[in-house]
Amino acid sequence: MAIVYERPKSLNGAPFTYCPGCTHGIITQQVAAAIDELGIVDDTICVGCVGCGGYIAWFMDTDAIYSLHGRAPANATGIKRMNPDKVVFTYQGDGDLASIGTAEIVQAAHRGEKITTIFVNNATYGMTGGQMAPTTLVGQKTTTSPYGRDAAHCGKPIRMCELLSTIDGAAFIQRVAVNTPGNVRKARAAIKRAFQCQIEGKGFALVEVLSACPTNWGKTPAAALDWIASDMIPYYPLGNFKDFQ
Amino acid sequence: MAKVLMKGNEAMAEAAIQAGCQAFFGYPITPQSEIPEYFARELPKRGGLFLQAESELAAMNMVMGASASGARVMTSTSGPGYCLKLETLAAMTLTRLPAVVVVVMRSGPAFGTMKAAQEDYRMNGNGGYKVVTFAPSNLQEAAEMVYEAFDIADQYRNPVVVMADGMIGQMMEGVDYDKMPPKRTALPPKTWALHGRGARAGKKPQLLFLPDGMGHYGAKHYCETQLYPEIIRNETRVEITDVEDADIVLAAYGTAARMCKNVIRELQGTVRLGMIRPKTLWPFPYEAFEQIGPKCKAIVVPEINIIGQMIDDVRIASAGRWPAHHVGDSQNDFLTPNRIRDKVLAVWEGLQ
Amino acid sequence: MIQRILIAGQGGQGALRIGQMIAYTAIQKGLETTWLPSYGAEMRGGTANCSVIVSDEEIACPMLTEADYCLVMNTPSFRKFKDMVVPGGMLVINSSMIAEKSDRQDIRTLYVPADAIADEVGNKRGVNMVMLGAYLALAGTVSLEAIYAYIDYSFQGRKAAFAEPNKELVKRGYDCARECV
Repeated sequence: MAIVYERPKSLNGAPFTYCPGCTHGIITQQVAAAIDELGIVDDTICVGCVGCGGYIAWFMDTDAIYSLHGRAPANATGIKRMNPDKVVFTYQGDGDLASIGTAEIVQAAHRGEKITTIFVNNATYGMTGGQMAPTTLVGQKTTTSPYGRDAAHCGKPIRMCELLSTIDGAAFIQRVAVNTPGNVRKARAAIKRAFQCQIEGKGFALVEVLSACPTNWGKTPAAALDWIASDMIPYYPLGNFKDFQ
Repeated sequence: MAKVLMKGNEAMAEAAIQAGCQAFFGYPITPQSEIPEYFARELPKRGGLFLQAESELAAMNMVMGASASGARVMTSTSGPGYCLKLETLAAMTLTRLPAVVVVVMRSGPAFGTMKAAQEDYRMNGNGGYKVVTFAPSNLQEAAEMVYEAFDIADQYRNPVVVMADGMIGQMMEGVDYDKMPPKRTALPPKTWALHGRGARAGKKPQLLFLPDGMGHYGAKHYCETQLYPEIIRNETRVEITDVEDADIVLAAYGTAARMCKNVIRELQGTVRLGMIRPKTLWPFPYEAFEQIGPKCKAIVVPEINIIGQMIDDVRIASAGRWPAHHVGDSQNDFLTPNRIRDKVLAVWEGLQ
Repeated sequence: MIQRILIAGQGGQGALRIGQMIAYTAIQKGLETTWLPSYGAEMRGGTANCSVIVSDEEIACPMLTEADYCLVMNTPSFRKFKDMVVPGGMLVINSSMIAEKSDRQDIRTLYVPADAIADEVGNKRGVNMVMLGAYLALAGTVSLEAIYAYIDYSFQGRKAAFAEPNKELVKRGYDCARECV
């Protein structure tokens, strides 16, 4: 009997604690699968963030550390510089990376820090209860934009891939989504290539993953996936912004 | 090696390298910038890593990452940058990651003056932690304290702060590196260091950085009931001079304590002065005040700040037995030996 | 023995530098020494001064409230620091830059046309070295030879050509002070 599907070996087997319908679980799994495929589980160090994304540290069967809110790229810099032959990745949400941690992510890219960042964009602050993020869409209602995000009041959502791809030190930048099986497969390939970028010493690599937060969006899991396609992808176009040879 | 003339900031950086500091992450700020400049020059030649961070905040988080990777690591800053580092210092304390932080204190906000000061005595981060805090009074001591700080940090798995005032950072004085304190032996191995699980016996992945079986609350409880009392017993440092017979006792640290020495000489034959000079601000040497003799009528606490900060600990140590008088910066200028002398004489006359 | 020296001038005139040279040579001689700078935020053009203490015993406070020797190189420094000199102390004035005269009768005062001398030697930026030479002649704490050796040590390689001109500046200041005293 052939095994056609199994839990990635880089996961430690602890049950995921993400909300029902949250796609963090799918993304965590793709990261673990990419690590399996590259055979680097013994040499990988995971840097968790503050927010739901921080849970990844509980589930990975690799060395891991939590970093403070937004500081994962700085923390990863300290780790990578002391472990230049190991694989270091950060896993950060949009509040963490695109709001409080913009300086750290921009400067890590600017230095060409040889780390891999998985950036989970679900257009809201999940763990703190659905507040407005820099990535919240115009008109989107959150607990701190109860009348819908007003662009005149707090700007339009920030596109991190577009911003980071202008930086010389960034070697690989791609935006993917996990709303369909086809997109999940592309996400896995992008994550694997982002690790490859680090292993080959090319520079900073980031994969932005459009992710669903049904709980805070007030949608069913299925409707949340539909909303990624109908509302998020038109504003956050999928595709590769920067690649290496 | 004979005594060499060095600037305080450079003397501390050199001591760190001699103590085995492998990495430095920092950000420019007066009056400590000679520290990153020295590391930038020296570390690449001596097998270490220097990296200028985008902010004090990022620098401290790089320190945390390097420490979690098992390295001896340091950063330095002044007050406006120190407060940016505190969240991370607290996090490192509560996850038991060692590092050395040098604070070269200055006056006022980042757009204020760059005058030397002792204004960061009370600066603490969130979470209720304690860190050994050295207060050097001359450059030999500054070098020795930085040197020893790395061993102390590793021994207790707890960061160590060296709090120097701007004058210690900026002045030059002789330093003898043959007189560094002995290396501590039997430091605990860093089995928790991040090098990938493949580097660890049994390939057990590392996550929390807390001693085996401890969660964060357990670790805090352990620190409060066991670790901090042990540090208080072992690491409290103080210089006590002539307090048994003194009419007035001066209590001061750092450069303020050097000013006191001038005053003690000048007032010989007028007032009998003793001095208590904390060399560690935490643990504070409360017990030193038990040696004060029966003739003492008052304690004068000179500090290079406006309101007085250490004076609160002096009052706790005094437990109401002696009044404690602050003398410090005036409206226009900072503390001077003359101002201390005038305060002592005024207190003395008031007692007659 | 304790000697308290205050050196002041405009930023860029090299007040801090000659203070360091005194401190370096004093420590070579086995003396205790401290050097403490004080300057504005500007890298150039502001006022700059340093306090140097040389002693044969442990030095308490590196900050000066009074000075045995005071070297001033511009008018603001003269006005600010002349009263810090203790009775019987020595005030050395760069008379090329400072037109005012000292009104203090309780101290010794020496007027050195340091800019004019530096100009004669052909090194306008060497005013501080002339002032240093004058100090050496008056104080006797560190010798001319010790300063020469330090100049040789600090001007090596590509900078070696600057050693002799600097020694000459120091010597001219030294001779000027010897003639006057």
